[in-house]
Amino acid sequence: MSNLTIALAQIKTKLGDVQANLEKHLAYIEQATSQGAQLVCFPELSLTGYVLQDLTSTVAHKATADDPIFKPLLEASHKTDLMVGFVDEDDRHRFYIAAAYLSKGETIHVHHKVYLPTYGMFDEGRFFAWGDHIRAFDTQWGRVGMLICEDFWHASPPYLLWIDGADILLMHSASPSRGLDEHDKMDSSRWVEHINQAYSSLFTNFVVHTNKVGFEDGLNFWGGSTVFDPNGNLIAQSPQFEESLTLATIDLNQLHRTRARLPILRDERTSLVMKEMSRILKMNNEQSSISPHY
Amino acid sequence: MNNLQFRLTINTELARKILVSFIHDEVTRVGLKNAVVGLSGGIDSALSCALAVEALGAENVLAIRMPYKTSAAASMNDAQLLIDQLKVESKVVEITAMVDPLFAQFPDADSKRKGNAMARARMIVLFDQSVAFNGLVIGTGNKTEILLGYSTIFGDAASALNPLGDLYKTQVRQLARALNIPSPIIDKAPSADLWVGQTDEGELGFSYEEVDRLLYLLVDQRYTRDEAIAAGFGIPFVDTVIKRIKQNQFKRMPPLIAKLSNRTIGYDFLYLRDWGT
Repeated sequence: MSNLTIALAQIKTKLGDVQANLEKHLAYIEQATSQGAQLVCFPELSLTGYVLQDLTSTVAHKATADDPIFKPLLEASHKTDLMVGFVDEDDRHRFYIAAAYLSKGETIHVHHKVYLPTYGMFDEGRFFAWGDHIRAFDTQWGRVGMLICEDFWHASPPYLLWIDGADILLMHSASPSRGLDEHDKMDSSRWVEHINQAYSSLFTNFVVHTNKVGFEDGLNFWGGSTVFDPNGNLIAQSPQFEESLTLATIDLNQLHRTRARLPILRDERTSLVMKEMSRILKMNNEQSSISPHY
Repeated sequence: MNNLQFRLTINTELARKILVSFIHDEVTRVGLKNAVVGLSGGIDSALSCALAVEALGAENVLAIRMPYKTSAAASMNDAQLLIDQLKVESKVVEITAMVDPLFAQFPDADSKRKGNAMARARMIVLFDQSVAFNGLVIGTGNKTEILLGYSTIFGDAASALNPLGDLYKTQVRQLARALNIPSPIIDKAPSADLWVGQTDEGELGFSYEEVDRLLYLLVDQRYTRDEAIAAGFGIPFVDTVIKRIKQNQFKRMPPLIAKLSNRTIGYDFLYLRDWGT
């Protein structure tokens, strides 16, 4: 079994209305599974909307079977694997931007966003706690890693997942359009597409990106969700700006073929990375030029 | 000057798509389907109106002309060209009878006060008509005039949503051409038409072409004053523009609230307007 059919559920969300967003999730899951999807991916904060500000603490949930929002999603995960976005509240009441991977009635993995953009138009660090883990995890389709938007604007989280065994990177975003010039796509869209394609090429991995659409006040989210294969080729792309369900079937044996040709993973020298990283951080510590925080 | 520094050319198809969706989305999410636009005969309001028609349909957009007794006849005629082209609902509401009684009490009022009162009388008409027409008021202020403060607060600066607020004047022109706005409207000298012979560029003392390039560096590219001067702009021009941007910040903000409680609107009561929609 080497084919996996992925559905990119590029949805609009209702800001702060988790119940309404849940219903949309279930409708998309229904539609996707009727078309043969085996994994349905939703955007960042797909259950809540993105610019939550003071709504943050009121929309938080836990990815457990006794949670009223996750119960129906976990039931739906018997039909297809799911990646959903939500606000996770931990036992000590810290709130995280989170992605959950659900399969066969279980929560397989929860990722907390580790990079919270708090600059320019973004204010995540004001409302959310910083995630502290980057981990790949096993699924029925192989080893997978999940990252949320700004996480993959930094090169290290995708790299760590790759080294941790992830052959499929599942990225998702609530990426607002910005940077209008003469191009037919906004700066932000072009940038995200470039780096997703770059990761698939550099890591000889599948890279799936699901972005949201619609408006929140004057911010518009550009969609344009993508699937890139281990050769860096675009397998599927959702339309810009439109709510849509895009199905893409990937051939997992492509990993075998690409890595036979291009053994970048085989030759990656992680010990060298560690050695040099230790030296650089030690040196920087002594010079205090970069604070090795977080 | 290096022309590559100034990325003011926009992809008009992309801008059109986003702004049309913006109007449609923000009007319909509050349960409405209509919009009201004040048509001055100028390019900004023509473009806002055309975008609203594309978003909502001509039958759902009410274009209102609001002449004062000194308004140029050409303004009315140019607005009519657009109304005919878009086949949009339209109305004429004279504001002379609203404005003149006020200044009968203050005969010494200067043209600035009178201009502000006209802009605010138009605001009253638009918001009143928006209730009667069951729609939202679509704004017409562009990024250049918002940054320079070339508008009347609570007057022409007032609206429910503004599709043009992140487009410089020269970008408004590009988009207006793409939407086939009648050429007399695009080609004439921009004017607030508050008194006879007034033109924006005459009053401001520089052209939109010139100031958009400077604003693009100062605002979009975060150039410092000295970097802008090094890029080739004259010192007095740069200083004038920076001063205008700072002095007019008040027009871009809601009224200040003095903080007293633990949770104060505007400081730590933070929700988008689209909350729950």
